[in-house]
Formats: sequence, structure tokens, C-alpha cells
Amino acid sequence: MRVALAVPCYVDQFRPQAARATLALLERLGCEVSLAFDAPCCGQPMFNAGAVADARGAAAAWALSARPFDAVVMPSGSCTHYVRHHLAEIVHDAVGAHAAKVTYELCEFIAGPLGKPQLTGRFPHRVAMHLGCHAQRGLRLGGASELHQPLDGPMHALLAGLDGLTLVPLDRPDECCGFGGSFAVGEPDVSVVMGRDKLADVAAQHADVLVSSDPSCLLHLDAIAVYQRATMRTMHIAELLEEATR
Amino acid sequence: MSGAPGISTGRSHATVAAEFQHDAARARWHDESLWFMRQKRDRATDLPAWESLRTAGAALKAHAMSRLAELLEEFEARATANGVQVHWARDGAEHNAIVLGILRTAGVTRVSKSKSMLTEECGLNPFLEAQGIEVVDTDLGERIVQLAKEPPSHIVIPAIHWKRAEIGELFHRTLGTPAGETSPEALAAAARVHLRDALLNAGAGITGANALVAETGGVVVCTNEGNADLGMHSPPIQIHCAGIEKIVATRDDLGVLLRLLARSGTGQPVTSYTTHVTAPRLGTAMHVVLVDNGRSARLADATMRSALHCIRCGACLNTCPVYRRSGGYSYGHVVQGPIGAILAPAVDLDAHAELPFASTLCGSCADVCPVRIDIPAQLLAWRARAGAARKLPRGYALVFGVLGRVLAGRARFAFAARWARRVQRWLPASWIAWRRNPWTRPGRALPVIADESFREWARREGKST
Repeated sequence: MRVALAVPCYVDQFRPQAARATLALLERLGCEVSLAFDAPCCGQPMFNAGAVADARGAAAAWALSARPFDAVVMPSGSCTHYVRHHLAEIVHDAVGAHAAKVTYELCEFIAGPLGKPQLTGRFPHRVAMHLGCHAQRGLRLGGASELHQPLDGPMHALLAGLDGLTLVPLDRPDECCGFGGSFAVGEPDVSVVMGRDKLADVAAQHADVLVSSDPSCLLHLDAIAVYQRATMRTMHIAELLEEATR
Repeated sequence: MSGAPGISTGRSHATVAAEFQHDAARARWHDESLWFMRQKRDRATDLPAWESLRTAGAALKAHAMSRLAELLEEFEARATANGVQVHWARDGAEHNAIVLGILRTAGVTRVSKSKSMLTEECGLNPFLEAQGIEVVDTDLGERIVQLAKEPPSHIVIPAIHWKRAEIGELFHRTLGTPAGETSPEALAAAARVHLRDALLNAGAGITGANALVAETGGVVVCTNEGNADLGMHSPPIQIHCAGIEKIVATRDDLGVLLRLLARSGTGQPVTSYTTHVTAPRLGTAMHVVLVDNGRSARLADATMRSALHCIRCGACLNTCPVYRRSGGYSYGHVVQGPIGAILAPAVDLDAHAELPFASTLCGSCADVCPVRIDIPAQLLAWRARAGAARKLPRGYALVFGVLGRVLAGRARFAFAARWARRVQRWLPASWIAWRRNPWTRPGRALPVIADESFREWARREGKST
């Protein structure tokens, strides 16, 4: 299957290993991955901050990059949610509509179009899972506790299928980590408290790895963990799956 | 339009929220108290029919709003035929004047009042007090904040920010309970004696309304303390103050609405007291004051219209990870939390333009909303309107303006990233993590720009051009 890998702006700069792991994983799963997708950003940072006019340039370039492809994979639930549900609000033409239609979050793509809801691999660790809110409630890639649903979905199934992996239950499994884009700097105090609470919930379960499908949540949680000198390892889901299936 | 005096702080949500977090232990207690309410709600709503009930609730409210004028006139005709006097108020000031007129005509100087967010919205209490009329709030939580001279911090649980020992202290000072008394039973008993006196000696009773039924001309009032019933049934005058969006078409609609309300709000199957009043008792007067105060303008706003469906259950406050950690006063508005953040900007965009940014857009509010208001979508829409009106939070226009240009093309992004990396490498970290850097100040390390970006790596490996 031929797919394009779309690397979000901040992953390119702050967590390139997540993008490299996504590429390696997709190739290992039999995909022909194109790196011709070169628009740096989908426009979400500006769009969600109310600076809609400033989002147009990035969004238009992003949609244009997606045009030649039938499937575009992003290692980010948040960016995927924005592309699918909001990008066409500012890129009104067929190009915008096409981008919204062909863009997938990584786990969703592996379990769906690629048809591999479980992978063969081994990861002998206690793992806490953090599904970003936009993946969970935006893309519905996991049940929500307030809807009386278990936290299932493609990411959960991929993790649960690995040998040796113990998924630890969290006290508040789907409480937001507090990143929230511009919220992280616009409301820094509440943002950091939310992040600390998430890390404390994970630490109380003696997890040695915190994994998320959203690199933006990880950027924020990592920064708090480093500040606290926590020993817990944070991983993007692509990094974990790539390591487990080597 | 009349806002509630004394509530808007003029300071940003972020500033007041940061202050709320200064007492970390207290902030944690606040978060846990409300999380407990959220969990109670989860248990009470774990029914096979719950999601269909929410759909029915959304539909009946959308139906009522689509026929608002017609249903209000039907309500007025039925209520008038039942012997009720119906009044129309364009805004808060008109509402207050109408209530004062009723009280003045009857020579009333003492009023008992049960919980009503509408009268908070209109600033009725300070208005009446300035006219020399004594108003006693008879909902226990409301009475606590009234004795403390504070506004409610939560639309359903007004004194949720008060601890038991502090209430004991307050009651000792104001009601003369023994010093050091903190037992909930003893404090509630003292409040009961105090409130009974206010209820029985009032010249008029004011209540809010949870629903107005067009078909019967009746008013529905829900409480857990029965204070609204005593307030309505003791004095010779009862006044019901209601926003026009409280209208529903038929009595059957209540079968859906009242279940949604109690289960979402306090996690109960039904409120302890649910009273339907359709006519005054013999020899007494019953008034209903219907208030617009911006509601019909919102009805004309297709993007934001569904916020009128809100039944003020408070579920979105309880589930909101930001509300729980920032407290009700941080919103500077009579309705707090996610729903407050989409209602307030319609009242005054200048004063509340930054409230829609007091959210991570996590979406839990939309999932708990009993009438399926898509709150995150409206938060986003208000953000866009704030942007278009040049009312973004400080610094946003500059930061996101520059970022938007940098991120619009591959070459400029790569160029800017290379420079950012140089700056990070050569500048001392303490210069970047300066005292007021909002990323690092509250306790986050600086994120490190990688030595080699993904795109640089791919090019070096010959995987892309």
C-alpha cells in the first residue's frame, strides 16, 4: 500500500525519532512510504488560537501536499482531528475536502486500512496509555469514561496485543493532560498542574513507560517529567511499536 | 444589557486561576470534590436509555427554540387564564424594575428567594437591597455565599469552594452557632431554624424556574431542600423569574428533561422536590417574569444558538479539568465553566473575549451535556470571532501571526528552525527559560530542538529530496 507520511512541524524539530519510528514501522508492515509530503504544518496552532487568517497559508500548503495521495498518515491524533474536521473550513475547495478524507492517525491507519488490529511483538514493561483528547473524543479512537465506555480503540488493541506488556489502569484514564495548544502558554499554571496530576496518576501505578499517540501531549508531559527528574520513560506509540516489533 | 454587578473581576481567567493554584492543597481538594460529583453523575447516568434520553433532550429543546415566540404566547395565554400575572422583560434592568414594582405595590420589605441563576444574572439582590428591601437566599449553599457577601462559584453548588470548618466559623459569626461547631447535622439544623424564620416572615417569595410548560401555563421548580416550596407557599405573593429559553412545549417533555437534569447535575434519579405550579393559591398572587436579556439575539445566531438549550445542570463544570483546577471565580461571570465560557462572550465580548481560551478543548463537556450542546465547537467559534474582532489574549496576535508565516512554507520553516537551533545552542538556557517564560515558569523544562530534524535526516539518508 502506498502512503504519504506527513510529519507535524513540532515532531520534525522536537521529536524526529517519532517520525523515524513511524516510517520504519510502516515500511516493516509492508507499506511503500512516500516522503514527498513536504508542507511543514496543517495550521492547527493558529486556527485553535483564534488566529484563523494566519492559519490559511499553512493549511492551504498542507492540503496541496496531500493532493497526490490516497492515504496520508500522521503520527498525531490532534493534527489528524483538525485536518479531518476543521481544515476544510478554511481551505474551501476540493483540495481541502480531499485532505480531510485521506488523512489518518497512525494507529487508526494500521488497524483500519492496513488491516492489522494486532501486531506480533514483545515489550516487557508496565505501560500507562495516554490517548490524547482529540484522538479520543474528536476521532473517537477510544471510548470515553463519561460515555460509560471502556478505553478501547486501535491504540489500546495494538498495545494489548504485545507479548509481555502490562497495561496499568489509571485512576482517571481519560483526564486531559493540560497541553491544549495555546492553553499551555496562555494558562501555564493550570496547564502544568494538569500535567503533574497525569504524571502522578501514572507514577502511582509504577508504570515504567508512559505512551501516547499524541506527540503534543508528550512534549508537555516530557517537559514536566524532566523538570521533576522523573525516571519514567515517555514514548510515542510509533517508537514503542517499532521497538516491540524489531 | 445588565450584567451581574460585582462578579466580573476585570482580570484574566489565567491570572485568577494562577492565584487559585497558590494554595495547592485547597485547589486539589476543590478538584477532588468536583470529580466526586462527576463520578456520581457517571453512576446515575449508566442506563441503557441514557444516550437516547440525551438525544430526546436535545431534540425537544431544539423544537422549543424553533417555535419560541409561539410557545411563549401560548404559555402567557394559559397562565393568564389560570390567574397568573405574566410580565415581559427585555433585559435585566426591566426585570429588576418589574420585581420591584410588584413588591412596592404590595408594600413588601422582606423577601425570601430560592435558587435562581437568572436573578444572579440580572443582579436582583443588590438592586433590591439598594432599594431597602431585605432579600434572604434560602438555598443553603446560596445562603452561605450570601452571608459571606460572595457570588456563587458554581451554578448548582454555589458554596462548593467552602470547607465545613469555614462554614462553622461563618455561622458562628453570623448565626450565633457555638464556636468550633463543624458537624454538618448541627450546622444544617441551625441554618434550618434561621431560614424557616426568613421563609415564614417574608412578604413575597421569589423563585427561579427549571421549566415553563406552554401547554399548561405551568412553572416547574426543582430543589433538593424544599426551600422553593416553602418560599412559594408561605407568603401572599409568589414571583417566578425565568429566562425565555426555559419554555418547553408539553408536559410530556418533562419526563425527559427532569431525568436528564437530576442525573447530570447531582447524580440523583430525580430531585427531592419537583413542584409544578399552575395557579395562585386562593387569595394570593402569582407572577411570572419572562426575561430575554440577550437570548433572542442568540437565537438569531445560527452558530451559537444551541447554547440556549442549556438546562443549567452543571455537569460540564464538574467534568471540566480546567474548572476543577481554577475555581468558579476565575470565569468572572454568573455562569462558570465551559458553558459560561460560551455564554459570557455573547453578553459582552469586550469583557469576556479571553474566556473561550480557558479550555484545552478536551471535549468532555460535550460528552456529558444532557442536551448535547457542542461546547468545544462554540469555544472554537468564539475564539475565531475574538480573533476577527482583534480581541485575542495578549501576545496571541503577534505570536501566531509570526508562526503562521513561518509555517506556511517548507523553506522558511527550515530556515527558522535552523536559526532557532543555533539560538538554543549558543544562548545560555537561563536566558531562554527567563523568569517570565510561560512555558518554563510554572515547572516545565525547555524542550530541546533536535540536532537533526526528521527532514534533514531523510535527506541525508537519501530518502527524500
